[in-house]
This record gives sequence, structure tokens and C-alpha cells, in this order.
Amino acid sequence: MRLASELVMAPNSPNTGSVGPIEPQTAHFSEPLRLASGQSFGPYQLVYETYGRLNQDRSNAVLICHALNASHHVAGSRPDDPNAIGWWDNMVGPGKPVDTNRFFVIGVNNLGSCFGSTGPASVNPMNGRPYGADFPVITVDDWVHAQARLADQLGITQFAAVMGGSLGGMQAMQWSIAYPTRLRHAVVIASTPRLSAQNIAFNEVARRAIVSDPDFHGGHYYEKNTVPRTGLSVARMIGHITYLSDDDMAEKFGRQLRGSDQYRFGFDVEFEIESYLRHQGEKFSTYFDANTYLLITRALDYFDPAKDFSGDLSQALSVVQCSSLLVSFTTDWRFPPERSREIVEALLTQRKPVTYAEIDAPHGHDAFLMNDPRYHRLIGAYFDRIGQEAGV
Amino acid sequence: MSLSIGPHGDSLRSDLAQIAKWIAPNSRVLDLGCGDGTLLHWLSVHRSCQSLGVEIADENVLACVQRGVSVIQADIDRGLAMFARGRFDSVVLSQALQSTRETERVLREIGEIGLQCLVSIPNFGHWSHVASLLAGHMPVNKRLPYAWYNTPNFHFATAQDFEDLLDRLGFEVLDQAYLDDDQIIRLLPSLRSTLAVYRFRKKSFRV
Repeated sequence: MRLASELVMAPNSPNTGSVGPIEPQTAHFSEPLRLASGQSFGPYQLVYETYGRLNQDRSNAVLICHALNASHHVAGSRPDDPNAIGWWDNMVGPGKPVDTNRFFVIGVNNLGSCFGSTGPASVNPMNGRPYGADFPVITVDDWVHAQARLADQLGITQFAAVMGGSLGGMQAMQWSIAYPTRLRHAVVIASTPRLSAQNIAFNEVARRAIVSDPDFHGGHYYEKNTVPRTGLSVARMIGHITYLSDDDMAEKFGRQLRGSDQYRFGFDVEFEIESYLRHQGEKFSTYFDANTYLLITRALDYFDPAKDFSGDLSQALSVVQCSSLLVSFTTDWRFPPERSREIVEALLTQRKPVTYAEIDAPHGHDAFLMNDPRYHRLIGAYFDRIGQEAGV
Repeated sequence: MSLSIGPHGDSLRSDLAQIAKWIAPNSRVLDLGCGDGTLLHWLSVHRSCQSLGVEIADENVLACVQRGVSVIQADIDRGLAMFARGRFDSVVLSQALQSTRETERVLREIGEIGLQCLVSIPNFGHWSHVASLLAGHMPVNKRLPYAWYNTPNFHFATAQDFEDLLDRLGFEVLDQAYLDDDQIIRLLPSLRSTLAVYRFRKKSFRV
């Protein structure tokens, strides 16, 4: 296998240091944000972390956009917990592909999330109660506008790059459409220009699991002091299946039975894969908010920049001024390479500079978070060029 | 006559140097099977071309990115529809055609994408190959370093075979050059050249 040989031949990992303990910061916005839904929302706050130093001409800023369940904690650890490692710590840090010795990297928690930025669990100043189901539906475009305001506050007029995987990649792409002059590179990894019917179907099953949990209370569960934990954990189990490849699951779990080689003829956990999924679901339900899960899956469903252009993605991308790097993974069946190729084709049709790599990796959609040397060398080489352009 | 070009001391492989001579400054170039991006980098630096490469091999994609060459990782045998609406002034296929499976389709497609096509092929009719065959063996040498059972090359043609195919596919040859290393071969090129380089276009593009 090519991957195996690649792993064996890989020289010393380029991934060296950590940015260390990082204190999150909070930005407050008093001016309401006009949302795609037509609603205005605000005031609100966004929590974010930064790594590295902004250079004098402010040309080395990189924005990292998170996917469904992640946060502003991209790299390093937390001051109070050295084991709370950022979700993309293998990508961002000193000497890593996005090298914090050269770049000023920002991780931001999106509006509607549950890690400190204003979200459904926050208190609605209008009535002093948690927003719950009253929190407005947010789109990828709304997030990008909120992030742009944060950039304004930080004095960054143009990013060297906006980067993200999966839903984060959608944000990077949306940046190139909504603020063409405010980024020089969009780095879009394991993403898609729109969800397929199958993708939406998986999201809908996840949402039904949450809203049909008796503890959901129409989204106002905070006041009832309950959490729709069962529904949220089932939602996570469904999502998790779509992040892994069939081969990866077969290799990790196969048909292995839990604790025995005999069937027990019952419906409790029997196979290892069941145990794994239940564990993932339960763990997730202790730290994630169910309303946020609804919101973010809906933002995924709605993302479709071609919609306003009769489905012609290339028209949607005609305003793009930045260069783009697209990366997909061969075993990703959630957002397969074909979806990235559609974006590439649309950019080529518009004669926009674009580079595309298709990484032969076994880990399915989750591959974008993995430490694959070929993937990381490519991102590192691309950021090296970005750094040279930025003079860092 | 030497073909190496490059005022800054960076010289190109002879067929690439010949191809570069046919490419206008500031034009849009698509290089299919662009390898490590040497030609495209050269064209960007010295001719201010807008360039795009297509490569299948991971290490070549990485090398292109390291050079700052825009590259698309794709298998040209799986179709070039992705590039169809982008239209290029020149489409280059340098010593890549012999390793395509669907050679005829690739040629038809590049004729649609590029205003001109620049293609180099190893000339299988070189006298040393003929001599090797007469001695009972498939030719193996520094230009064709593979044995018959492990070669990545699916299709071998002589310069004459290739010219016949171009004609049959409705292409008009605008220029050609026959090379042996970095020498242009004028006398008995079909026997003495190791590489043939062509500039051609679809006849319907004639103005």
C-alpha cells in the first residue's frame, strides 16, 4: 500500500512544538448582526484564541474556521488543563504545517456554538432566560460576517489565509465570496459546495433524535434543568458513522464481539463497534449542546453558494480574488473528492488560481484531522509559499 | 545547435525548451503531466505566463506546490472535462502521451481545450531501437529505461505514426522539431531523433 510505505519512509515528523497553554479571549459586539434569515441578532460575543505574533504590516494573519463540534481551541493546551489539546494541534504550532513562528493564527468559536460564544444556552437579555429554541437560525454566511467583525476589531484588513476542514472549509470558501479582498488564500479541506440529499438525510435523522427526546422540551430544556442527552448521543453516533470509512471501521472493529466470543442473544452492546459508538455518543452528550447541534447541522444543510446563481457554482465564484487550495481524501464518502473537484472546476472555469490535492488516506472524512505526512507536507509547502509572499 | 534557454542559468530539458519557444509571454498554459512543475515555473518566471499543471503523483504535486506552481492532482486518463470551460492558449503534453491509456481521447480533448497543443513524444523509430529489435530485444536505454514487463508506457509510436494520427484526428501541424538530446536533427529525423516535438491545433480553429 502506498500509504504504508509513505508512513515508513516519512522523515522526522515536521510536527514539532506546541504553542503551549493558551488563554481564550472574548470580543464583544454591541451592533446587531444582520442575518441571512432577515433577523438581526445582538449584542453578542465571540471567544477566540490566537497563536504566534501579528507582524508589523499585518500580513501574516491566518483564520482557522471550525467544523461541527470543534471550537476556538485550535492549538496548544488550556492554562488549567495541560491535557486539553486543541483540535488541530497537529496542524498549527511552531514548526508545524501552519507554522506559528511565521503566522499569527486565530481560532474563533462561531456564533450559536456552545464553547463561550453567544449561543442557544446564553442568556437572552430581552427576558433574562436562556435563548433555547428562540436562538435564530444561523448560516455559514452569517458566521463569516461575524468573523469579519472580529478581524476588524483585531485590526486585520486582509488574511494571508482563511482555512478550514469540512464545515470549516465551507466558511473559507464563503470568505472568498463574501470578502474577496480580505484574504489572499482560501484553504478548503475535505469540504463540499453543498450537501447532498444523503448528507441532509443523515442530519435530519440526527435532529429527529434530539427533538424527539422527551427531555428536549421544544428546545427550552435549560429552564427545566434537563438535557436531551439520549437524543444528542444518538445524533453523535449517526454523525460519527459518516466520519469514518468502511475500511477504517472494518480494520478497527470488524465483527469483534465485546468481552466474549459467544453471542448473548440480546440487544445490549454485543459488537465492539456498538460499544465504540455509544461511548462516543455519551461522551459528546456531556459537553455539547443539543440546540447547537440543531443549528450547526442546519447551517450545513443551507450552505449552497450556487443557489442564487441557478445552481452555477462558477458564477457564485466569479467574484473570488484569492488563490485557493482544495484538498480531499479518497476514502471520504461524506464529502467525497468529486465534491472538491466541482469546486476546482468552477474556479478553473473562472480562471482563478487553484491547486488541488487528492490524498490517498484510509480514514474517511476524519482524515483531515489526522497526522498524515503526505497531507501535512502538502499543507506545509503551501503555507511556506504563503509565508514567502507575506514576507515572513 | 543547442536549445537550452534561460538567461538566469536555469536550463530546461531539450523538448521543454523547444515547447517554451512556442509559448507566448503572458499566455495561459496548461501542462498535462507536468511532473515537478519545472516548465511551468520557468514560464511563470521568464514569460509571465498564467500556468496550471496536472499531475497524478503525490511527490510531483508536492514539488509543484513547493515551486509555487498551481497544480491539480488528477488522472488525465479519467477525462479533462474539469478544464474544458477554462480554455488555455497552450496545452502541453511533454513525454506524457505514451503513458496514457486513452491516447486518442486525450488528444481529442486537448484539441478542444487549447488554442494550440504542444506535444513531445519519444520516437520509437530511432535507429538504436531498430537495432535493438533486430538483435531480438525491446529497446532499453537511458530515455526508455524500462523493461517490457514494467514499463509505465502503454503506447509507443514512431514520429511518422504520430503525425498520421494527428492528421486522422483533424489536427493541423503548425511546427515540429526532431531532437536527439539537446541537438536538433534535420537529416533523417525519423531514424536519428529520439524525441519529436509538435505544435498543432484543430483545423477548425483556423482563422
